Amino acid sequence: MLIKKPADVASSEITPKRAYLSRRTFMAGAAAAGASLLAGRKLLEMGSPAQVVEAGAKLSTVKGPFGTDEKLTPYKDVTTYNNFYEFSTDKDGPAALAKDFRTRPWQVKVEGLVQKPRTFDIDDILKLAPLEERVYRHRCVEGWSMVIPWVGYPLSSLLKQVDPLGKAKYVEFTTILDPKQMPGQRARILDWPYIEGLRLDEAMHPLAILCVGLYGEALPNQDGAPVRIVVPWKYGFKSAKSLVKIRLVEQQPINTWNQAAPSEYGFYSNVNPQVDHPRWSQKMERRIDGSGFFASIKKIPTRPFNGYGDQVAQLYAGMDLRKYF
Amino acid sequence: MTRVGWLKLAIFPLCLAPLGLLVWKAANANLGANPIEAITHSTGDWTLRLLLVTLAITPLRKLTGQLWLIGLRRMIGLFAFFYGCLHFLTYIWLDQGFDVHSMAKDVYKRPFITMGFTAFVLLIPLAVTSTRKMIQRLGGRRWQWLHRLIYVTATAAIVHFTWAMKKDIHRPIEYGIVLAMLLGYRVVAWARASTGNQPKRVPEVTGIAAD
Ligand code: HEM
Repeated sequence: MLIKKPADVASSEITPKRAYLSRRTFMAGAAAAGASLLAGRKLLEMGSPAQVVEAGAKLSTVKGPFGTDEKLTPYKDVTTYNNFYEFSTDKDGPAALAKDFRTRPWQVKVEGLVQKPRTFDIDDILKLAPLEERVYRHRCVEGWSMVIPWVGYPLSSLLKQVDPLGKAKYVEFTTILDPKQMPGQRARILDWPYIEGLRLDEAMHPLAILCVGLYGEALPNQDGAPVRIVVPWKYGFKSAKSLVKIRLVEQQPINTWNQAAPSEYGFYSNVNPQVDHPRWSQKMERRIDGSGFFASIKKIPTRPFNGYGDQVAQLYAGMDLRKYF
Repeated sequence: MTRVGWLKLAIFPLCLAPLGLLVWKAANANLGANPIEAITHSTGDWTLRLLLVTLAITPLRKLTGQLWLIGLRRMIGLFAFFYGCLHFLTYIWLDQGFDVHSMAKDVYKRPFITMGFTAFVLLIPLAVTSTRKMIQRLGGRRWQWLHRLIYVTATAAIVHFTWAMKKDIHRPIEYGIVLAMLLGYRVVAWARASTGNQPKRVPEVTGIAAD
């Protein structure tokens, strides 16, 4: 059973969000409105059992590995500060514009150089492996970072289902193309649909997850619902959202940002403080963690591979990471 | 009070409103997930907008025949400089935390910062020479020539804005079109004046001296 009654939800899963909401509503002097909103959502959740895991539905999770005890980014910031160009190039745009985005029915084709190509229904994906809570640092190429409690399981669990052939060297991820629902796709800001890629060994690494939620809930639409990848040692744009196709291939895929500006965004895009983006330094980052205005002035040093070097550095042994940036 | 005096009294608080809004939002923790980015963007936007308003005054007064409008120009121009200072201060303090080494590298290495810096530095002599005393000291002609630097500043600002964008440049293009129209007006006016089919130009500075 994937849905839980609100009472079953471990308080640790939702406290930061609740705390946030109560503080905000208190300050705005609109506690009543806030309460009825929360209550209303609960009613909706309980009243519509058919919609098992639409955005916001509670997910039951087990604690996953590679955690961190850094302060979590408040739910509100994770869901209102989004780079999701399919909806808008403004960071506060996707939250509103993705509100009615349909995530059911939803299928993900897994194909290409595999023994057993298969189309997964989203509800099968949710049941393929136990859902883990993975608290990861998330570093955007623009110089800010978050700490997010994602929900998902290793991407390898999905890939093993289709039996990749020996020839398969890379994995290509494709985001849904649906300009009717995604206003950003009506302008040719990027060459839609959004494509990302990983080397097969990167995709099979236990840190790389197939992600279906955050903060113990199904993914909010603006965060890439209903299913995305999260690759925490790479800049955020590598973690493609709202996936409809995963293809195993022999040649290195051309990822969308690399195609748009090859000198600025590479295929690998591992977090690397030694390699500057041409328009800004990558040495430091601004952590978004709800600590307030004055605390946010102080940047923190960016770590190689976003602090996951112990786990992933060996994937790149012998490679010149300035060349393969 | 004169007509322009009343108008200035009304416009002054209007020019302060964007700053007031920022302070209000900051005090209420309402600047979004990344307050420093929000402040950088807002102050940058208002510097550019006020530069364009400043540049619109001459065409406006000539097209409408309301020559007294020139009396607004210095105030709005100085407000553009004021927001430019806030924008620059946001960068050196809030963004870079006074890290001189990192900033020097930024100005030298990052074309979009180099452009912004150029735009800002060229505004300084204009602000310094904006007083009536300075106009008299320089003499109207020379003062006028100096203040044409604002064309360079505004152009550099558009380039700065364009280069600051990751991919979506529709906003800098919109502002760029406005600037092109404002500068285009001047080109046409000069061309006409030099072929002699327009009445002698009213020297710009007289309006200022009269305010
Ligand atoms: C007259 C001078 C300047 C004008 C008119 C100006 C204008 C702007 C504008 C319109 C933006 C974009 C705001 C947005 O996205 O809404 C911007 C961004 C920015 N400006 Fe300026 N600027 C000026 C000078 C400077 C200077 C001197 C610096 C620093 C040395 C600077 C640093 C920045 C930075 C860091 C950004 C943010 C870019 C980003 O978000 O990636 N600007 N400026």
